[in-house]
Amino acid sequence: MLSLQDVQRIAHLARLELSAAEAEAMQAQMNSILAMVDQMSAVDTKGVEPMSHPQEVTQRLRDDVVTEPDRRDDFLALAPQAEDGLYLVPKVIE
Amino acid sequence: MHRDTLKALSAQLAARKVSSVELTTHFLDRIERAQPVLNAFITVDREKSLVQARAADARIAKGDVAPLTGIPVAHKDLFCAKGWRTTSGSKILSNFVSPYDAHVIEQFDRAGAVILGKANMDEFAMGSSCENSAYGCVRNPWDTNAVPGGSSGGSAAAVAARIAPAATATDTGGSIRQPASFTGVSGLRPTYGRVSRFGMVAFASSLDQAGCIAKSAEDLAMLLDVMASYDPRDSTCLDHPKDDYVGGLARGVKGLRIGLPKEYFTKDVARDVTDPILAAVEEYKKLGATVVDVSLPNQGLSVPVYYVLAPAEASSNLSRFDGVRYGHRAEKYTDLMDLYKKSRAEGFGPEVKRRIMIGTYVLSHGYYDAYYLQAQKIRRLIARDFTEAFAKCDVIMGPAAPTVAYDIGSKVTDPVQMYLDDLYTIPINLAGLPGMSIPCGFGNKGRPVGLQIVGNYFDEARMLAVAHAFQQATDWHQREPKGAA
Repeated sequence: MLSLQDVQRIAHLARLELSAAEAEAMQAQMNSILAMVDQMSAVDTKGVEPMSHPQEVTQRLRDDVVTEPDRRDDFLALAPQAEDGLYLVPKVIE
Repeated sequence: MHRDTLKALSAQLAARKVSSVELTTHFLDRIERAQPVLNAFITVDREKSLVQARAADARIAKGDVAPLTGIPVAHKDLFCAKGWRTTSGSKILSNFVSPYDAHVIEQFDRAGAVILGKANMDEFAMGSSCENSAYGCVRNPWDTNAVPGGSSGGSAAAVAARIAPAATATDTGGSIRQPASFTGVSGLRPTYGRVSRFGMVAFASSLDQAGCIAKSAEDLAMLLDVMASYDPRDSTCLDHPKDDYVGGLARGVKGLRIGLPKEYFTKDVARDVTDPILAAVEEYKKLGATVVDVSLPNQGLSVPVYYVLAPAEASSNLSRFDGVRYGHRAEKYTDLMDLYKKSRAEGFGPEVKRRIMIGTYVLSHGYYDAYYLQAQKIRRLIARDFTEAFAKCDVIMGPAAPTVAYDIGSKVTDPVQMYLDDLYTIPINLAGLPGMSIPCGFGNKGRPVGLQIVGNYFDEARMLAVAHAFQQATDWHQREPKGAA
């Protein structure tokens, strides 16, 4: 069972701000989802390979050449804040 | 015109009986009338659509006509379309105007189709009811007190109400088949990897699949013919030869072996759903098909497996929404971490936050093996069940959902209960198989029932022919709700 402290720790890892009331509601919902998910633990999966793609394909690689044009201005235009060709964020290093 | 099939509309356009501008205007007018009631669209841009319609008319005038040239198609709002606002049903992308086209949009553009608008959807495709959109819930045209199903509820409602001739959609856990079932239209989820995911806003990458919703299997065949093509930009897209989906429709069902899994016909499925489905199976027998019993013993585990894998992948995919490069940024924050947390808290809705939280937890240190890895192993067991079943049959049939569409608001407070409704669609996504839902009758309160048809890998052509045979013999797919537009 997840405690309120666990929920706030997970919220921090997930980069989500949760108010005390939200955390409380989230705790109940997560515990109920995890209780449903816990059925999995009873299944014997010894020797079973995990499946990540149904066709068992391997990661395709492409030639190491530039294929895309430079669209820096188009993409920067989408940013909430940008200046001199750079994304603006709060100061990280003092 | 709104009752015509894509084939009929295509013939009228090619013969210049109607122009694309007239056709597009007709549907835009219908959308305008229906929007206050159904809320099936997030973005409609009359001028942008008409520019494309005029270009299609010019193309037709030159004799350069492909089957979908000039036909307006609604696109689920998680397909990026250049110059169009693309929100994925989320507040966090409310101001995002895509600088590029998704592969699917490119394919329709190349065919000369017109973008009719961006259809409403559950936020980031997370939901089974279309009540999770930041732009308001979509209503079911058959009964506006009912949900249309999710997450492609806008696409399904638009086709059902005849305010769009066809629509694109996506299916991660049943998001094409369940809304198609709830709104009485035909929906196809192709094999995983059949259609490129490039430019589709990612939810759970190992399960997401682009597909389509239309009035009939024949229309779906025309749409899949445009959508299915190899794309090297999506590394999970498979270079598999394309079938002649339209040309193969008439092959019939003589000798077809239909597998009926016992797990699809339990007391968990409402009687008003089971009866029309079994009646549809009887119709197939009359058409020359035979029925065999099959079993999918691990299918009961599919919901827990899905609700580990999908949130895990979602928590990773949605980490890109951080308020720095695009999308919503909070107005007030103290430092970079606070900017991330507040922007995401303000931008995401409750269901998305719930899944990000679950995903972050199951991938966190100490829990990966117990949850994510175990889920990937059970996923293989679920896929193996299908391999064994398909040794005995050609297609599997059953319900797309355990009930008909339910009332708006009736399940929102209990997420687990809502998740369990996806029990009959999720296993197909976990195995990466193609699946369809076609209308086969009506249940409680006159709400539609969908027959789910599941095919083997890359067997879309056969599935479409199977659905087409039923639609040639019955008229469920021609029934339409009254007065939505």
